[in-house]
Amino acid sequence: MASLNEFLFVSGLLFAIGLSGVIIRRNIIVIFMCLELMLAAASLTLVAFSRFHVHNGLPDYNGQVFVFFIITVAAAEVAVGLAIIVALYRARQTINVEDLTSMRG
Amino acid sequence: MASFAFYLFALLAVSGGVLLVTFRNPVTSALCMVLSFVGLAGLFIGLNAYFVGIVQVLVYAGAIMVLFIFIIMLLDLNDEKPVKFKSSTLLAGVAIPLLLLAQILGVIQSGLQGEEAEFTKIDAETMKVSAAAFPEESAIHKSLSHEKSPKLPDTNLIGHTIFKSYNFPLQLMGALLLVATVGVVVLSKRSHTKAPTDS
Repeated sequence: MASLNEFLFVSGLLFAIGLSGVIIRRNIIVIFMCLELMLAAASLTLVAFSRFHVHNGLPDYNGQVFVFFIITVAAAEVAVGLAIIVALYRARQTINVEDLTSMRG
Repeated sequence: MASFAFYLFALLAVSGGVLLVTFRNPVTSALCMVLSFVGLAGLFIGLNAYFVGIVQVLVYAGAIMVLFIFIIMLLDLNDEKPVKFKSSTLLAGVAIPLLLLAQILGVIQSGLQGEEAEFTKIDAETMKVSAAAFPEESAIHKSLSHEKSPKLPDTNLIGHTIFKSYNFPLQLMGALLLVATVGVVVLSKRSHTKAPTDS
């Protein structure tokens, strides 16, 4: 079995990839997908530590319950976010973030 | 052998993430996101978190992916115009994550090393010992101390943890899902009273 450090490294790598996608991409849907990737990368850290912290011969299930809640919140977030994107597209006919500048101060 | 599976799924997850960022077409990006999440689910299952791995596949690779593809098709998006990325954006998008990654590597370097960072084995004998903490007739105890094939009943154990220590958060989560559903319906209803503002 791979060690804890390797799991943490993969998780950090995925988080960094998601962050670079959020900064570089201009399509708001792809930005949203990269956000999901960052959330899932954080879940990997939680699950790895849950398995690492063996308590009474069993993994620490508090971490996995946390991941379960993260997945629930992410699902709700995707539903609301995509509804906002559809409403935005109806009003502006674009989902390119460079064309959406009305909130610029 | 287990290590080989780790590298396979880690490669799947990371390459899916890289392709998600690099592909121009949003549909292809969505499919790469699924690839990445399937890799992550494999890693979860490698960590004995079977329930979380299956939920990851069902919710992310199933429901959320369908929602993304549905919206992309609904908005009828063509490929992104081959816009030239501003070099400052590109530089920031590479430099900031690299900085973050370097920081994470530094933290890992200063943490546990070698033998200390290995996972404790969970096998038939340790499971038999931990079964003692649960009542004789419970499903968890039966599964942990099964004569022929003891299994880690992680779905039961997660349920046990949720209903023992996280009852209130669970109900909050239910309320959150309800509020989100209502919010989505309100958001996606066309308002007839007001003309859409053109800009």
